[in-house]
Amino acid sequence: MSRPLLKPLLVLVLAGLAAMVLSVGTGSVSVPPGQVLAVILGEGSGLQQTLVLELRLPRTLSAFATGGLLAVAGALMQVLLRNPLADPYVLGLSGGAAVGALLAMLAGLGGLIVSGSAFAGALLATLMVFGLAHGTGSWTPSRLLLTGVVVAAGWGAVITLMLAISPAQRLPGMLYWLMGDVSYARSPWPALVLLLLVCLLVVPLGRSLNVLARGPMQAAALGVAVRPLEWTIYILASLLTATAVTMAGSIGFVGLVVPHMLRLVLGNDQRLILPACALAGGTLLVLADTLARVVIAPEQLPVGVITALLGVPTFLYLLYRSR
Amino acid sequence: MNPLRAKELVIDIPGRDDGQPLSFTVEPGQIWGVLGPNGAGKTTLLHTLAGLRPPRQGTVCLADYSLTELRRRQISQQLGLVFQERQDGFPATVLETALIGRHPWLSPWQMESGEDERIARQALETLDVGQLSDRLVSTLSGGERQRVAIATVLTQAPDTWLLDEPTNHLDLHHQVSVLELLTEQARSGRSVFMCLHDLNLAARWCNHLLLLYPNGDACWGPAERMLAPAALERLYDQELLTVEVDGAPLFVPKKAR
Repeated sequence: MSRPLLKPLLVLVLAGLAAMVLSVGTGSVSVPPGQVLAVILGEGSGLQQTLVLELRLPRTLSAFATGGLLAVAGALMQVLLRNPLADPYVLGLSGGAAVGALLAMLAGLGGLIVSGSAFAGALLATLMVFGLAHGTGSWTPSRLLLTGVVVAAGWGAVITLMLAISPAQRLPGMLYWLMGDVSYARSPWPALVLLLLVCLLVVPLGRSLNVLARGPMQAAALGVAVRPLEWTIYILASLLTATAVTMAGSIGFVGLVVPHMLRLVLGNDQRLILPACALAGGTLLVLADTLARVVIAPEQLPVGVITALLGVPTFLYLLYRSR
Repeated sequence: MNPLRAKELVIDIPGRDDGQPLSFTVEPGQIWGVLGPNGAGKTTLLHTLAGLRPPRQGTVCLADYSLTELRRRQISQQLGLVFQERQDGFPATVLETALIGRHPWLSPWQMESGEDERIARQALETLDVGQLSDRLVSTLSGGERQRVAIATVLTQAPDTWLLDEPTNHLDLHHQVSVLELLTEQARSGRSVFMCLHDLNLAARWCNHLLLLYPNGDACWGPAERMLAPAALERLYDQELLTVEVDGAPLFVPKKAR
């Protein structure tokens, strides 16, 4: 706690910038890092301007924002449940968002309505999971996790049903959305602004979160107003998840893997971990998206496949290691 | 300091009658011991006094304010609680654990300062766990964890200490040094209210006792009045032999034969 918080964050900022430059420069026409910076500063040819500023940069920023939001949402849920296995994807929130989005697609609607429907689905799923798990008592972590897993399985069945009855020409779009795909993202700015706001908000909340991580009774004895804080985290995490899922479909495991890795290296001070999650989650998704674009170029893979391929072994390893 | 006061308090234990409502004041300098068999409600009483559980009836007050009127932060600046059971959650070092005792005293925007760390380190030294500062709490023995928990409340520096079985897991020497520490706290004008299983430790270190019976009955008062063998035998449903050692009564369970 007394150790400087700035150094690891500075390292992560640099890593994030490097990943973005790499991502923007990589593709069918590659742009060397030096020129990427030059183009962003307003130089370079017209083609490069279009390529970098209009095509690649928004996508890279969207990937960064999505990854950051998911990682912070995961970290917040882990504090709320005091369980390192909590994550928007595992708790079935992404499933709810997917059902919302697919319903809109199935109805032949597009664009903004799909996004809005996904957002509503994510919020509905959050309410369901936390409401059901809350029951009459308080949130016991194991009950919440079990509820989340069961509800996620339910969403899975609904998704399969919808895929089975949907007309063939709609299937590719739906599948891509399900696997998570940054190329659908619109403007990255709302999400980036939200991410920044949350990182600022956790500065004053951080120490209370650290105390809450010791259990609600202990936290209350040390002066934390537990209920209001739990609701704040819960609403924040839902909002972040819903925003991320709306931008890029359901991308799994970023919220699980990133906070866990960071905790291993940086310890458990939430004032450091949460901003670090925003940066590292963003960086990871930018790199994963770059990979998704080049592995079988000119075809693109959905980025959710890459994160799942990385996340599943990590998740299993964590489960295996945990008591 | 503001004395902790129970007014017509009935703790909420599901399925039990109200029993005797509790009305007492824990004054500065007093050391209270709560005695009672398993399941009598000692922990529930402690949590109710700390405002962590609502009572069935009555109120708990600090000075003239009911705990329900105070903010958690204000309460935690005056009341500290050593829990019997602790959750681990995420891994944390001994120093980090003690340092959260400063939480009630720091504003949301403040980081822990060098002074806070000094207070925490000193508390750890006092509890004889200073050399473990950088260890993860989850790697410690039961007794060491117990002392870290007490050091956390010492860092918190409350006027009133509530402790749930503070001598649990401790060896004889550390039991005595914890009780001496609490005596020291009481002498400096604070007060102590703790559940104890060991009748003899309670007889030796507490100046007030509260006997809590499983049916909700209770009686309380100065220790020398409460240590009547007949009452204690009824409390534990156990025959006792009483001998006098060092000017204080010593209770030994009778063998069944």
